Amino acid sequence: MKRNNGERAKGRRYVAVFILSVIFWLLLTFDFTVPNLIVGAIASIITSLAFTRFFVKNVYKLLQPKRYFWFIVYLVVFIWECLKANLDVAYRVLHPAMPIRPGIVKVKTSLKSDLAKMLLANSITMTPGTITVDIIDDYLYIHWIYIKSEDPEVYTGIITGAFEKYIKRIIE
Amino acid sequence: MNNMISLILITIGIIFNLLGCIGIIRLPDTYNRLQAATKAVTLGCCSILLGVVFHFGLSDAGTKALVAIPLLFFGSTVAAHALIRGTYHFGIKLGGKSVKDDYKDVVK
Repeated sequence: MKRNNGERAKGRRYVAVFILSVIFWLLLTFDFTVPNLIVGAIASIITSLAFTRFFVKNVYKLLQPKRYFWFIVYLVVFIWECLKANLDVAYRVLHPAMPIRPGIVKVKTSLKSDLAKMLLANSITMTPGTITVDIIDDYLYIHWIYIKSEDPEVYTGIITGAFEKYIKRIIE
Repeated sequence: MNNMISLILITIGIIFNLLGCIGIIRLPDTYNRLQAATKAVTLGCCSILLGVVFHFGLSDAGTKALVAIPLLFFGSTVAAHALIRGTYHFGIKLGGKSVKDDYKDVVK
């Protein structure tokens, strides 16, 4: 009985990936004729077979509106951080003396699921001045163009502080 | 009005792309150059695409531009991550100005 439930949940995940792929295909091609729909369906089946194992474990999380609300809040915060950091990097690049102190720092994260870690790493990479080099267990290794502080707690707060709490609300 | 917004967005995008290019030339080592190459440029391209969305509205071209933004976003972040990790494992040292390297303990 238990195994049956597990298989059903797995089936739902395949269906969810399939539906999302079809929507994405239709938006990208913007062509609603029958041949295009058939090609899209075949491509989506291949996608769902290949990539469902990376998808969220519990499909019903996709249907909870408050997660989308936090996602929009997160998007605004992210764009703001991104612009601020972009101007900061622009200043460093254009300044004649080029005030940079690059290096790789190790940052601990409290996020647990792979998807959440991926989103955090992507957000950090997309904020100019920081690139995620590697993720090993709970630690992110980040190349930073200007290390503001030597204290691990302070720089952990600067790098992940803005994003972590929102990502936790969106995914976990 | 929409034309105005799209013009402003595309101008911002071109300025960010230009800054990214200046960064590639001026910054000292591979890692810092990757910073400039992957990010200023992605933000610039996203801004230009948003300008295209405002120009065409939500017709087919506009929608495609809108869908291209997350695609570009995730593609370029993963590419940046793969490039910088590959660079480190290939054995290229951090530049002379670097002050800290926590990653070398992990890579044997």
